[in-house]
Amino acid sequence: MAATGEPILEVGGLVKHFPMSQGVVFRRRIGEIRAVDGVSFTLRRGETLGIVGESGCGKSTLARLLMALERPTSGSVRINGREITRARGAELRQVRRNIQMVMQDPYTSLNPRMTVGDIVGEPYEIHRKVVPRRERRRMVQELLEVVGLNPDHVDRYPHQFSGGQRQRVGIARGLALKPEIIICDEPVSALDVSIQAQVVNLLERLQDEFGLAYVFIAHDLSVVRHVSDRIGVMYLGKLVELGTEDDVCERPSHPYTQALLSAVPVPDPRGRETRGRIVLQGDPPSPAKPPSGCRFRTRCWKARDVCAEQEPALQARFTTGHAVACHFV
Amino acid sequence: MWRSSTAERDGRVPGGEALLTVDGLRVEFATRQGVVRAVNGVSYRIDPGETLAVLGESGSGKSVTAHAIMGLLDTPTVRVPAGEIRFHGTDLLGLREDDRARIRGRRIAMVFQDALSALNPVFTVGAQIGEMFRVHEGLSRREAERRAVELMDRVRIPAAAQRMYDYPHQFSGGMRQRIMIAMAIALGPELLIADEPTTALDVTVQAQIMDLLAELRRESGMAMILITHDLGVVADSADRIVVMYGGRVVESAPVHEVYQAPAHPYTRGLLESIPRLARKGRALPAIEGTPPDPLAMPTGCSFHPRCSYRQDNCVTDAPPRYRIGPTRDSACHYWREVLDGSHG
Repeated sequence: MAATGEPILEVGGLVKHFPMSQGVVFRRRIGEIRAVDGVSFTLRRGETLGIVGESGCGKSTLARLLMALERPTSGSVRINGREITRARGAELRQVRRNIQMVMQDPYTSLNPRMTVGDIVGEPYEIHRKVVPRRERRRMVQELLEVVGLNPDHVDRYPHQFSGGQRQRVGIARGLALKPEIIICDEPVSALDVSIQAQVVNLLERLQDEFGLAYVFIAHDLSVVRHVSDRIGVMYLGKLVELGTEDDVCERPSHPYTQALLSAVPVPDPRGRETRGRIVLQGDPPSPAKPPSGCRFRTRCWKARDVCAEQEPALQARFTTGHAVACHFV
Repeated sequence: MWRSSTAERDGRVPGGEALLTVDGLRVEFATRQGVVRAVNGVSYRIDPGETLAVLGESGSGKSVTAHAIMGLLDTPTVRVPAGEIRFHGTDLLGLREDDRARIRGRRIAMVFQDALSALNPVFTVGAQIGEMFRVHEGLSRREAERRAVELMDRVRIPAAAQRMYDYPHQFSGGMRQRIMIAMAIALGPELLIADEPTTALDVTVQAQIMDLLAELRRESGMAMILITHDLGVVADSADRIVVMYGGRVVESAPVHEVYQAPAHPYTRGLLESIPRLARKGRALPAIEGTPPDPLAMPTGCSFHPRCSYRQDNCVTDAPPRYRIGPTRDSACHYWREVLDGSHG
């Protein structure tokens, strides 16, 4: 999992606002959902960056922006130095070869009418020059073998596989074009507990074998900790903390990160009576009307007047480069 | 190693009245592909005031057992060919539907995973909570509303007096789960069955809901069956645990003992596969294979195709629940090896 240091994906000031409108005949714009609101980070070759946050924090919109499935309101996404946010047509296809996605739900993300071979080989239909037609079947079978499926099952349909096996099919499809970056959006959360570890192990083995870089988006902190070199914590469309796995999890410095970590149940009953836990009150505010200044201030126990007036920047506050967006660090 | 009567098989010293006992329960579903034995001889018991965690994956039969306790399986495709569910000694499966209805909701209540689909979208939440009192206690609309607001306060819904006029979709996931809990505790049940109550929720909201449930239990002394797949949630809140796999109970024990030393290879495998700090950078010890196909259950022990302790007799002989301690049992022929931690 050692990152070689060379940046492969650079994200700068990424913003995505979705318009909200009202009315049927006379549609008027009444505001906007600020799903992603100024996110910057760098992903290095062979590295895993974990992104954690709760529903509505913008992590899935972020994934779609990185995949160029969604055009940002502003900001830039560069893969190997090449800007992708304004790419179109052939150029966009070229860019996408290098960045692939593994989705959350292996039940809905595979077309039930296509055989597994057609699903895994579909990228070759779009990028026809990558593998000559007569070699495709063999390539697909090789891919199935790489992800631990029986290559003889190439003509079966998704419903003939279990959830964990389907997720392997999705991973094989993601690998077909030999990308350097894979965006994993909740890749294990729809799977049974006894299957999750298998898929986590597979993703780690593939990373070592092919030198992949992962953006690993999940809400399960224990899985994210296990796979990530660095972790970014999102709240209401912004990164509030970014640092090495060790920095973020062992020395969490943003109050939200602290609350999030303390809410994760520990799989060990010893000492549970005395375990301290920060229980946040209420729900996150709406991304349509985020609070002024620091967005976490409405639920923060450290909030002062300055938090409502000034937005804290995500900046390195320790020598390790551990960045935190809080006035009181 | 011996087979025995329920109280002992369930791993407890006889004496002390159980609140609820499930004994040898079987549930079958007729499907187009054949008969699915979703619950295949399940026994467990829960004492008054206790929190019992029922842990298992999808298809383990944990929820079907709960639905049988609530009497929610009354459809033509379901059969209960054997078993008893005794509540204060009375077999619920032998009761007439109207007697059953008097227990359901009033003395045994249930909270579901998906609160949005469990609530009625066209009635206000105040009307839905109030309905509990109007139907079961014959209160007037005004009185029922007053009690509904009280309950919403009790489950910490802010501005309850105004929000009772809102509809379910106007609440967040966590608040909807609080409404479900309010309805469940409305009539002061002795037993609350919580079926994956926090699975659909974010982790900070999960912490709020688990805290609320703990507090309500402390105040009222009600017992709780907590159905979950999350070993973290179990460790946080349960007194005892029943682990289910393939429609059977594979291990039953006080919660501290299981986490210290599991006595069934499945439990052991689950505990080992949790990512922990010490395992960072290494492969997780994963359980190989996949959960069994309910239409083609393996012979003998249903875990044997995935088990690293497997011997020849596991393929042919289904293990009984061996009593392995004063309040523990394990359905594994090789529980001693598993307990010792020596690997098979």
